[in-house]
Amino acid sequence: MSARRALRALVALVLAVAAFAPASAATPRASFNDIEDEVMCVTCNVPLNIANSPQADDERKEIRRLIALGLTKQQVLDRLKSELGNEVLADPPTSGFNITTWLVPIGAVGGVGLLLALTLPRWRRRSGLPDQGPDAKVPELAPDDLRRLDDELGRAGI
Amino acid sequence: MKRSAVPSVALVVAAALVALLVYGVAVKGTDTTLDDAVAKGRLPQLPGATLAMPNIDGSGKTSVASFRGKIVVVNIWGSWCEPCAAEAPLLEREQAKLAADHAGTFLGVTKNDIPHESMAFAKKYGYTFPSVRDLDSKLYRKLGSTGVPETFVLDAKGRVVALRRGQIDEKFLQNAIAQARASST
Repeated sequence: MSARRALRALVALVLAVAAFAPASAATPRASFNDIEDEVMCVTCNVPLNIANSPQADDERKEIRRLIALGLTKQQVLDRLKSELGNEVLADPPTSGFNITTWLVPIGAVGGVGLLLALTLPRWRRRSGLPDQGPDAKVPELAPDDLRRLDDELGRAGI
Repeated sequence: MKRSAVPSVALVVAAALVALLVYGVAVKGTDTTLDDAVAKGRLPQLPGATLAMPNIDGSGKTSVASFRGKIVVVNIWGSWCEPCAAEAPLLEREQAKLAADHAGTFLGVTKNDIPHESMAFAKKYGYTFPSVRDLDSKLYRKLGSTGVPETFVLDAKGRVVALRRGQIDEKFLQNAIAQARASST
C-alpha cells in the first residue's frame, strides 16, 4: 500500500468516526421534572415543584425554553443561576453564611455522637448496671417464679 | 477528657449554636433602619448606592451612584408582579417629566426576574428609563426590602427623601419628587 493510499484510508476512517461521534457522545436530553425539584421559586422560597405563583410559572416556562434549546441539565441550572442568582438553586452554595447550613448539621451529629461515646460508658459504670453483652449472665429466677412460669407455659401448650 | 470537661464543652457548643442562630436572624431579618431615618427626616444616603448591577439588556453595569447630581427614583419591580404592572404607567409619566427638564431619572431594579421577561415588561409599558438586575438580592437586602414593588426617591445629593414599601400612587410620587427637587437645591 502506497503512502498516499494509506493517508486516504486514514482520512476516511477519521471522517467516518467523526460522523458517528455526535450520536454516540450526545448527552441525554435534560428532563423538566429532574430540574424542577432542584430549583427554587425565588419569590416564594419553596421548591419549584410545589410552588404556585406567577413567578414560578415564569421559571417553569424558562426551564422548558432552555430545554427546548437543547441544553443539558447542568447548562440549564447554570443559565438559571446567571439569570436569577444563587437563590434559584435548591442546594445552598457552600460559601459565606450559607456554609453553616452544611456544617451545623454535620457538626451537631458529630458532637452528639462524641458526647454519647464519652458519657454513656461513664453513666453505665456509675449506675452499676450489669454488662448486657452476648455473654452476659441472665439472673436466675426464684423457685416460685420458675414453677409459675412452667405452669403458664404448660397451659399455653409450649 | 476529664470528667468536668464534658458539660463545659456541651455548654460552649450550645452557646455557639445560639450565637449562630442570633447572627443568622440578624443578618436575614428585616432591617428598618432606612425607614426610621427617612421617617425622622434625617435624609440618609441610600445603602448600596455604589453597587454596580447588570443592565437588563446586557449592555454593562449601572449603579445608583452613577446618577449622582440628579434626582433618582429607584423602583424595585418584577415582570411577574401585578402591582408593578399597575404602577408602571405612572412611573413612565413621571419619568417623562423628569427627563424633560433634565432633573433626574427613574432607575428600575428587577427582583428575581428572568431578563427577557423583564425586557418584555419594559417594552410593554414603554419604559424609557434604565433597569438593572439585582442578582442575589444584594441591593434588596441592603435596602431592608420586604416585597415588590418598592420605591425610593433620592435627591441630587443621593439622599433618600421618601420611600414606599408597596405600590405607589400619583400623590406619593409627585410629593416625593417635589421634595427631592427642593432638597437638591
